[in-house]
Formats: sequence, C-alpha cells, structure tokens
Amino acid sequence: MENNRILSINDLHVKFSLRGQVLHALRGISLDVLKGESLAIVGESGSGKSVFVKNLNGLLDNNGWIDEGTIMYYGLPEEPEGINLAQFKTEKDWLRVRGNHIAMVMQDPMTSLNPLKTIGSQLCEALNLHQGLSGALAQAKAVELLRDVGIREPQVRIRQYPHQFSGGMRQRVVIAMAMACSPRVLICDEPTTALDVTIQAQILDLIKDLKQKHHLTTIYITHDLGVVANVADRIAVMYSGDIVEIGTCEEVFYNPQHPYTWALLSSLPQLGKKDEDLFAIAGTPPNLFFKVRGDAFAPRNPYALAIDFLHRPPYFEVSPTHKARTWLLDPRAPKVEPPPAIKAIGNLKPGGEQV
Amino acid sequence: MKDMNTPICSLRDVSVTFGRGKNRFTAVRNVSFDIMRGETFGLVGESGSGKTTIGRAIIRINPTSSGEIFFKGEKISGNISRELDRMVTQQIQMIFQDPMASLNERAKVDYIVAEGLMNIKKDLSKAQRQELVAKALTDVGLLPEFASRFPHEFSGGQRQRIGVARSLIMDPEFVIADEPISALDVSIRAQVLNLLSVLQKERHLTYLFISHDLSVMRFICDRIAVIHKGQIVELAQGEQLFQHALHPYTRALLSAVPQPDPRREKAKVLDVYDPNVHDYSVHAPTWTEIVPGHFVLANEPELEEYKTRLQKESAQG
Repeated sequence: MENNRILSINDLHVKFSLRGQVLHALRGISLDVLKGESLAIVGESGSGKSVFVKNLNGLLDNNGWIDEGTIMYYGLPEEPEGINLAQFKTEKDWLRVRGNHIAMVMQDPMTSLNPLKTIGSQLCEALNLHQGLSGALAQAKAVELLRDVGIREPQVRIRQYPHQFSGGMRQRVVIAMAMACSPRVLICDEPTTALDVTIQAQILDLIKDLKQKHHLTTIYITHDLGVVANVADRIAVMYSGDIVEIGTCEEVFYNPQHPYTWALLSSLPQLGKKDEDLFAIAGTPPNLFFKVRGDAFAPRNPYALAIDFLHRPPYFEVSPTHKARTWLLDPRAPKVEPPPAIKAIGNLKPGGEQV
Repeated sequence: MKDMNTPICSLRDVSVTFGRGKNRFTAVRNVSFDIMRGETFGLVGESGSGKTTIGRAIIRINPTSSGEIFFKGEKISGNISRELDRMVTQQIQMIFQDPMASLNERAKVDYIVAEGLMNIKKDLSKAQRQELVAKALTDVGLLPEFASRFPHEFSGGQRQRIGVARSLIMDPEFVIADEPISALDVSIRAQVLNLLSVLQKERHLTYLFISHDLSVMRFICDRIAVIHKGQIVELAQGEQLFQHALHPYTRALLSAVPQPDPRREKAKVLDVYDPNVHDYSVHAPTWTEIVPGHFVLANEPELEEYKTRLQKESAQG
C-alpha cells in the first residue's frame, strides 16, 4: 500500500480570509490516493471538495492558504521520496507538476475555453508550453488528441471555435486539453453537471476509457452519488471541510455508516417513491467562520447523540478499507438502523424505484 | 384533485420555426398533446430537442408557425384579444431553470416577486401588494423579512424558491416548470421537488414539468412525453413508460439514467440512439395509440414489433 500511493495528504487545514474574518474551509483532511485508482469525492456545495482539489494544483485563490499539513506527491521520477506540494510557493514550482503531472477538467465547458481562439490554437498552446512542440508537429498531435476523445473529423474541427461545438463536444475538447501533456493524475471537477443525462453517460465512459488506456489515476468531484456508482473504485464523502466517510464504492453504497451518507443517498430521486415526499436534508451546512464543535453534521442529523454536539468523532474502522467519522459506530452507542431507502439499493428497477 | 378527462391545455399540430428563407429551422414539428387538469405532465428530451420551445410557445413568448394551442377551451395561439392575453399572463406562469440568472440582481426580492402584480393587478395598493408578497414568501418556506434583501444574499435553493414565489403570487392555474432543479444540488433538489408537490396539492395546480433527467420525472410526473429533435416520439403514464418503453430513443434515455447501485451500474451497457434504425422510406411513421394511454411514433412494421414486445413483457408479468 505504501508504494502504491501517488498522492498522500496528511492533516490538511486550509483557511481563507474574507472580509476580515478567517474561514476554516478544510478541517484536517487525511487521504491516500492510490496509483491507477479512481476516487470520487462527494458532498454538497460548500463542503470544500473543490477547495481540496485546487490545493493539488496550486489553484487556491489568493486569499486562501494552507495552514497545516502536507500533500506528498510521489509521481516525479527525480523525487522518489515524494515532494511536498504544500510547500510550493511560486508559479515556477507549480509548473513542475501542474498539467504534465496533475491535470484538471473544470465543471463548465462554456467558461473553460477561450471563445476568441480556435480549438486548435488552444490545444497547441498547451502542447507548446509543456512539451515544446510547435507548428506542424503540434497540429498533428492536437488532431490525434481530438480523435482520442472521440471527436469526428478532427482535421476540420481543429479550425473551429468553441461556439461551433455542442456542450458535450466542448467538454471533450476540455478533456483533450487536460490529456495534452499525458498527466498521471486527472482531476475532474463536476465534469458532467452542466450536461444532459445521455451526454453525461458518454463523457463518463470516455473518461473511463482514457483512464484504462493511459493508466491514469482519476479523482472525480461531484454532488450526485448516482453518477459515481459507475465510475468510482473508492468514494470519500465530504461534509463542511472534513471527510466523514471513506470506503470502496460497494461499501459506501451497500453498507453506508455515516448519517450524512444516508441522507445524501436517500435524497436521490431514483430512490424516492411516487406520491411520497422525497427525503430532504433539513437545515443548512454550518458557518465555517465559527469554530465547529462536535460533529459538524449533528444539528441536521436526526440520529444525533448528545456526544455529537460536544466532541468531534474520531474515525471508526468498519473494514480495512472503510472508515467513518460518527459516534454511532462507538461500541457504547445505541444500535441505529439506516433508513429503509438505503436498504433498497441493490434491487432497483431500471430508471429507479424500489421493487 | 386530478381530473383526467378535462384538458386544461391542448396542443394541436403545433410547429415552431425560427429564422426565414435559407436559415429556416423547425424547432418543434407537429406536436399534439393534452395536459389534463391537476396533473403533472412531463416533457423530457436532450438539449436542443425543443422542449423549452414548447413551454415558451404555450405562454406566447415564441409564436407558433402553424397549429393551435388551446387553454381552457380558448385558442391562445396567434392573434388574440388583449383581455385573453392578460388572462394567459395571469393564469399560466413559468419557473425558470437557473435561479442565478433568472432573478434581477439589482432588484430587491420585494420587487422581483411583486413585478407581475404591478402589471396585471394595477388597482392594488402598496400595502396590499406587500401583504401578498409576504404571503407568497411564507408559502414557499421563506421568511417575509427576506423581501428587503437582494438575490445574491440567498443560496441556490432559496433563490429557486423566490422564483416559485414570483409565479405563485399571480395565483396561476397552470405552471410551466422549465428544468427547475437542474442547477441545484442533490439535497436541495429534494426540497424544491417536495415544495412543488405540496403546492400542487394545496392549490390544485397543473404542472408542465420540463427536464432532461428521467429519474426526476418518474418521481413527480403522472404522464411523460419524450421529445426528440422537435417531435414527440412516445407518450405514456409514468410507470408504463418506465416498464414498457417502446421507442428506441426512450430506451436510450432510460439506460443513461445513473443508478445508485455500483454492481449493476458497472455491468451496464449504454444504449446509444441511432436514428438510422428507422426505415421510413416505405412506410411513414404515424402517431398511434398502441395500448390505451400509450402513444408512440412508429410505422406499420415497427408497430407490429412493439405490439409483440408488449404482449411478451406483460406475459412475463
């Protein structure tokens, strides 16, 4: 397991200064990303999942900083002992890993492409910067990249502008751009949120194929647990700057332990019953300007115990690969059954609904 | 209070075209369906299929190029009288997709919600208007104090509630919800969906629910129409459509719905719809009711095939 890691994050704290106040966005995240796996990070908006991956790429906003913790990256051949990304200060440092080691696909393909430049020139720019290719060589490589992501007639398309592409095709171009420098880790930040269901399935398939072909490690970020069942090997559930549950895909879906994971799963419309209210999580996430006491989810949690409001739960191990931060797993805690909708996972009809 | 016999809104052979001459583009082609009083009618399709255009044609934003639209028995497409136009504006309301983009950033919630009243119910005093705004905000689960705030002070789910409040204040009978939850988080989605169904029960509303996501449709809609490239290809009761989808495009849409079930999901083979599977060179497709309440666009040989498939499926139980 030790040699298998490509990224190892240890006790990461990230803070932002906003209007004179300090916001504690990430509250001690520890996570190992294994070589060649596909990890999904799931959580509501505001849970800090995007902030977390921005740290891996040096894209943190200027008012944010890493307060504590290390991010070790083991993919650089000249640094076999790993390199601590948390200590990177300058853009020059970051250029060693950004793009050619860790690349990112952003959420909205409309905003991540330059509308005034052709697809080809945007792709060639990346190739020129990172691999020193220019002219015809870069063109040829760009055509190859576009073909790789399933765009037909790449020779023609390469001379076109982003507005001539549909949403799904645009997202393919963005993926081609991320793949331009053959990275080892591909981070996909909500890659399909802006897309239709049919296109979403195709893009997820494409990322899966690319992962196989180029031996990538992929990190998905999403708020929709339904999406990740198909693509993830492991799932980390985040809530207000903390990983509350992590396990393999099957463990998180078939045997979830944290009440927040239960809540996320039961609010999926696929699990709802017609003419009954869909489960909705009451309340709002905590304000991270203030210090969170106990379990951050406790005020919204119908299963909360008295201790949840006082002490932050540690990780309880369910299996060697599965752990959750909830006092419910303490041997002294009362036995709580997960909601019925959770148990129905595994016998769903096509399109949803429990049998 | 569903009344499945009285249509509240009917479309007859409606087409909508944009541009003229060489650039003429038909976004919606010969669409006919009835929306019954009190039901939730779902319209599902990909982006660019014309589902939003149909919604906009009903509330007279996009003019129809042919065909007729009736609302409560009266024709509301084409040239209509001023009074009828006002009636349509008041009784048909719309909820938009993106709560970030559809609210005026420079106006307070107070004005955003009351704007429709100012145009239609001009004789209301300021105090009466404020009272109605406060009531509308409470109805959608917001506090009346929020009236003095600006849209940027709210979260996505709250903004969508403002969008709902602004349509409800007109006391409509028919609400067109155009992808009301696509831009929202999963947990917030559930809140807005529940709100919509509560309001429907309280006020006996009729919804036209437009979305690209069939998983949400199953949960909220009574009947679902599937639209592809401006043509409706299949229409059936929700359950019927999920159990016995006939048209290959519907089946492709169904297969794309992500399931929260890793074992099944990882084994899934994606159905991709290829319009070339239809051979319409000899027999042209017609809009046929294959079993009561279940319509499909198909030609003769396809209908035969669908019928045998339906029989086989119902025999299996």
